[in-house]
Amino acid sequence: MSGFVTIDGIRVPIEGEKNLLAMCRKAHIDIPTFCYHSKLSTYGACRLCLVEINGKEIDASCVVPPKDGMSIRTNTAKIRSMRRMNLELLLANHRQDCPTCDRSASCKLRDLSAKMGIREPRFRRLREERAKDEGSVALIRDPNKCILCGDCVRYCAEIQGVGAIDFANRGADVVVTPAFGKSLGEVDCVNCGQCAAVCPTAAIVPRSPVDRIWRDIDDSETTVVAQIAPAVRVALGERFGLEPGANSSGKIVTALRMLGFDKVYDTAFGADLTVVEEAGEFASRLGEGKRLPIFTSCCPAWVKYAEQFFPELLPNLSSCMSPQAMMGSIIRKDEARGGSGRRVVVVSVMPCVAKKYEVSRPELARDGKPLVDYALTTAELASMIEEAGIRFADLPSGSMDMPFGFATGAGMVFGDSGGVSEAVARYVGAPVSPLNGRALELVDEIPGGGIRTAALSVGGQNLTVVVVQGLSNAKAVARGVLDGTRKADIVEVMACPGGCVGGAGQPICHDPSVVARRKSGMRDADGARELRDTRDNPFVPKFYADILGGKPGGHEAHELLHTHYASKKRIQDTSIPLVRGGKAEKVAVKVCVGTSCFLRGSQAVLRDLLAAVESEGLQDYVDVSATFCSERCDRGPTVHVGGDTINKADAAAVMDLVRRKAKQAASA
Amino acid sequence: MPTAKLQRLQPGDLETISADYQAAAKAVARRVIVCGGTGCIANGSMKVFEGLKAGLTAAGKKVTVELDLHDCSGLDAHMSKTGCQGFCQVGPLVSIEPDGILYTHVKPADVAEIVDRTFGSGEVIDRLLYRDPVSGEHKRGKHEIDFYERQDRRVMHDCGAIDPEDLREYIARGGYRAARKALFGLSPQDICSIMKESGLRGRGGGGFPTGKKWELALKQAADTKYIICNGDEGDPGAFMDRSVLEGNPHCVIEGMLIGARATGATIGYVYVRAEYPLAVQRVRAAVAVAEEAGLLGKNILGSGTDFDLRVMEGAGAFVCGEASAMVSSIMGNRGMPRPKPPRTAEKGLWGMPTVVNNVETLAQVAFIIDNGAAEYRRLGTAGSPGTKTYALTGHVANTGLIEVPFGASLRRIVFDIGGGVLDKDGKPNNEAFKAVQIGGPSGGCLTKDHLDVPMDFDSLSDIGAMVGSGGLVVMNDETCMVQVARFFMQFTQRESCGKCVPCREGTQQILAMIDDIIEGRGTLETLDLLEELCENVAASSLCGLGASAPSPVLSMLKHFRPEFEAHVVDKRCPTCQCAALSPLRIDPALCKGCTACVKKCPVGAITGAPRQAHAIDPVTCIKCGACVASCKFNAIKKGSV
Repeated sequence: MSGFVTIDGIRVPIEGEKNLLAMCRKAHIDIPTFCYHSKLSTYGACRLCLVEINGKEIDASCVVPPKDGMSIRTNTAKIRSMRRMNLELLLANHRQDCPTCDRSASCKLRDLSAKMGIREPRFRRLREERAKDEGSVALIRDPNKCILCGDCVRYCAEIQGVGAIDFANRGADVVVTPAFGKSLGEVDCVNCGQCAAVCPTAAIVPRSPVDRIWRDIDDSETTVVAQIAPAVRVALGERFGLEPGANSSGKIVTALRMLGFDKVYDTAFGADLTVVEEAGEFASRLGEGKRLPIFTSCCPAWVKYAEQFFPELLPNLSSCMSPQAMMGSIIRKDEARGGSGRRVVVVSVMPCVAKKYEVSRPELARDGKPLVDYALTTAELASMIEEAGIRFADLPSGSMDMPFGFATGAGMVFGDSGGVSEAVARYVGAPVSPLNGRALELVDEIPGGGIRTAALSVGGQNLTVVVVQGLSNAKAVARGVLDGTRKADIVEVMACPGGCVGGAGQPICHDPSVVARRKSGMRDADGARELRDTRDNPFVPKFYADILGGKPGGHEAHELLHTHYASKKRIQDTSIPLVRGGKAEKVAVKVCVGTSCFLRGSQAVLRDLLAAVESEGLQDYVDVSATFCSERCDRGPTVHVGGDTINKADAAAVMDLVRRKAKQAASA
Repeated sequence: MPTAKLQRLQPGDLETISADYQAAAKAVARRVIVCGGTGCIANGSMKVFEGLKAGLTAAGKKVTVELDLHDCSGLDAHMSKTGCQGFCQVGPLVSIEPDGILYTHVKPADVAEIVDRTFGSGEVIDRLLYRDPVSGEHKRGKHEIDFYERQDRRVMHDCGAIDPEDLREYIARGGYRAARKALFGLSPQDICSIMKESGLRGRGGGGFPTGKKWELALKQAADTKYIICNGDEGDPGAFMDRSVLEGNPHCVIEGMLIGARATGATIGYVYVRAEYPLAVQRVRAAVAVAEEAGLLGKNILGSGTDFDLRVMEGAGAFVCGEASAMVSSIMGNRGMPRPKPPRTAEKGLWGMPTVVNNVETLAQVAFIIDNGAAEYRRLGTAGSPGTKTYALTGHVANTGLIEVPFGASLRRIVFDIGGGVLDKDGKPNNEAFKAVQIGGPSGGCLTKDHLDVPMDFDSLSDIGAMVGSGGLVVMNDETCMVQVARFFMQFTQRESCGKCVPCREGTQQILAMIDDIIEGRGTLETLDLLEELCENVAASSLCGLGASAPSPVLSMLKHFRPEFEAHVVDKRCPTCQCAALSPLRIDPALCKGCTACVKKCPVGAITGAPRQAHAIDPVTCIKCGACVASCKFNAIKKGSV
């Protein structure tokens, strides 16, 4: 469509805009909206972006395509009064604890109410109090603040392909909720936190560890060590009036010391270690021709996503811990070497909300203690700095502590989508030119760069690198890998669009250009470095020699820097207890009654089993329960007896084993 | 239930079946039709059916429930269960032809007498006949009853006359002739043109011209197109679509088949309210029978046209009647409307062009194709041709399902067909007429001033009401309009999908404000804000549900503002329906001073010595009404003197 739309008397050319709202923005008019998000499908629900079209109808500008000759008015008395009333309606049912709210300073509802001049809301609160969801380690939902714009729902479903939350109920009872009113911690949520980032209010917020960190800082018996992720340094300054993308690494170090952190390290050093380990792992897989393509494992949201939806790809995931976890691991090792015996608390400053989940993973704990104690988001650190009254923008630069405070440009680019691949490519490929040279030329495969590819030549082999942002895109690539239609040797996945710079832990911004500016800040941080290849980091070989007592990929390195994954297709171990034995020693019998086992007769097995247990008087010696899918669908019915598994089970075989084990239990 | 099966019909078979069936029907002495609509079934009509069958057999009569086309001689009765006959109020209904008898309120206990007297000695049993509420006369059959005589039944013509489960009977009445014509004799464009000429407008409420809609879909280039029959009738009190689906499912199927041919759709869905189990069952059965007969499925009647028809039960939400929400629901998603454009005719089911037509709309298609646009236009007005069915309920003598041409006046509907308004004592009294709510929760009210307005799409919309799906609730002068407004608002508020702000939040606030008015907290400012909010919800909602949700309130404010003002200014409910605004007083002339009320009053608001007239202190009184119930002399009245 070409031509012109007249907006408030100004002729504005149509240049491919999909809707009138975009046209108005181009004409320098800020149309208020809650539910319009350029990356998501149009929803048309908040009814704030109303405009008058051709002097007659009033419609939501986000849903009306521009047509040549249209005449739009955005600021008539009628429109102002309608917008104001719709906003008042939202305010009425919104819990207004603004002074103490997490999003006090970045709340769109508060902002628009002020701009629309709402002074005395004419409607009263009618919504009943709803319980908060505090069941997730990473996020807290407060339905009392939700204005039901649906941004989170669409982000989760459309960009991340997860759909952990959706609308339920109708009328005044509508809520955004995980299925069946469960908590976010019990469902498929991958903790990327983008729901919280797009939320115009504080209906979903990251769970803050700030108070616990203050407590540890105040404890003189505790050494508090901070590590800073690459992407943090190009965003934190936004909260203090610095430009997005401005590198405030030195100021952050100073601020952290002023706050009372004992040591400050650079997570980018962990990234350099990741490059070494992952490159080694990739080389050996390439040699064996197995478990390819290798998928990166730095992004905890992607790791959980893969565990839930693509367990068959878990062998392909790099076994490397994320840089955050590697840092936690080596900091603990290093502090233990000192032998001071002081309690050590590791705080990682992250652009990411999923890192809060990652630090809670049992695989990333040693001796029951997590490798990293707290994942603090960029925004949360900014709040600590604000609380301490530190004038961040005016701070002098400080420098990180050694030996984990130095990283190459390769470690730095981890903060940008494509960065992990770039860093690995530099390490395994030909040296890159010193200034801004790149090892990979990424080409957009889909518009917007959600999937990009690059060729990489290693040892005469021509390889394909695929760089993915957004888990919906990851789903497409993973499916392609599984069905053989996707050629790839290295697949980098970052859940958040833009990579870590666009993480949900960064300061809230509703301007899409901000992430782009952070990205370029990230690239500057890499390009400006003299050492841009992990091979050139002098502290890396020193680290291997001093701390790991050996070489990359060795046993010690494996202990310290690698991890493992497990299928999370079943998020909860749901079972229905049928018989509960009274004795202390008893046999656990679990019969799968999932669809496939059911069709293969598990119900009959269960019935006969229960009858036999009763007739033989074994009730006290067994715990019988019905369970759901044990993932052996082709070999059902599946029955677990104690530690043993019987496939294609019949009641007689199960009872044989139960009798034997029950006898053992009884004699014990 | 009939079991006769028709298999893979050829075009010429329609006439053969029709002739054979009519001949067989003629050979049977009597046809006994027991209404099998939901209303009559609920009142026990199936027991009457079984009783009659057993009774007649026991009396030595030869009875069948299904005509054997080759051997019908010597049969005394052909018994059928039909769909709704419309006059639900006086059901269960039993008609006996060719005698022209309509028995009403028939109980199983009446069966013996019917067998004995009507079938035995040919007598008409007066006490089972319909009795005119005004004249008190007994009316022998439909032809004598104003309720039927003053109607023009086109959509409902065969509803209540044929056995909906016997395809042969539908064919015998000309069924599937129009479909055959559409498949063999007309191009898709021809059909669209005829439909456009007929002027048929969508009966779901919007009134969009059907021919235009089909043509729009026809023009869409797509691999697959869909047609949906919207049977998600959700208005409280409306049951037109249910009756058609229950009573004549094949006419809807035939309409869909013609629509499919016209638009190029190859797959259809009948989306029926899950709360209509009988309609679901009858439509499912009819689709199965039609498939077997080769009237649905592959290569229909050998024409080479394929049309696969599926029946889907509704998701139980009013909003699923909105086209885009229905599309979403059929795809397995939450039924929420989406912004338009694109319309469903461009992007509907799975992104493909999808036509959504209402049951009643589709039920008229075969008539138009069979008889031509001009014949169709013979009834109705120029802008709204044809007839409209209405569910007539409320304070009216005859309630039920009726059909009149567009342009008919409210007077004809309420006073002639409806038999007049019932006053507070349940007596016919047209003076007691106060208003009619038309179009259910999306419509508006009509008053005495509108009794002679021609009822059609345009005239009604001019006066702030709408045809809607066709609910007509008659209200007498004892009705509090604020309460009526509350009733409809509560419905739409609960049924809002919750997507857009004005509908979700606005309707909740409107309801709270009406509650304020009813409970005595309202002021004149409440009325102003209520009106402003209603106008905002109407203007800024995302879909039709929200846009029309405030219509009842706005229309009642418009026509009955003094009544609202009495609530907020005088704190008085003129009809004494709002407890908080209906003060109680004791009529000293009637009070015997028995002290019963004094003892009952929970707040001690009644004073008075024995054998002296008592009095209620209006300040202390909480208007609970306990005293009214305790008074044996009807001395305690609501409302000020």
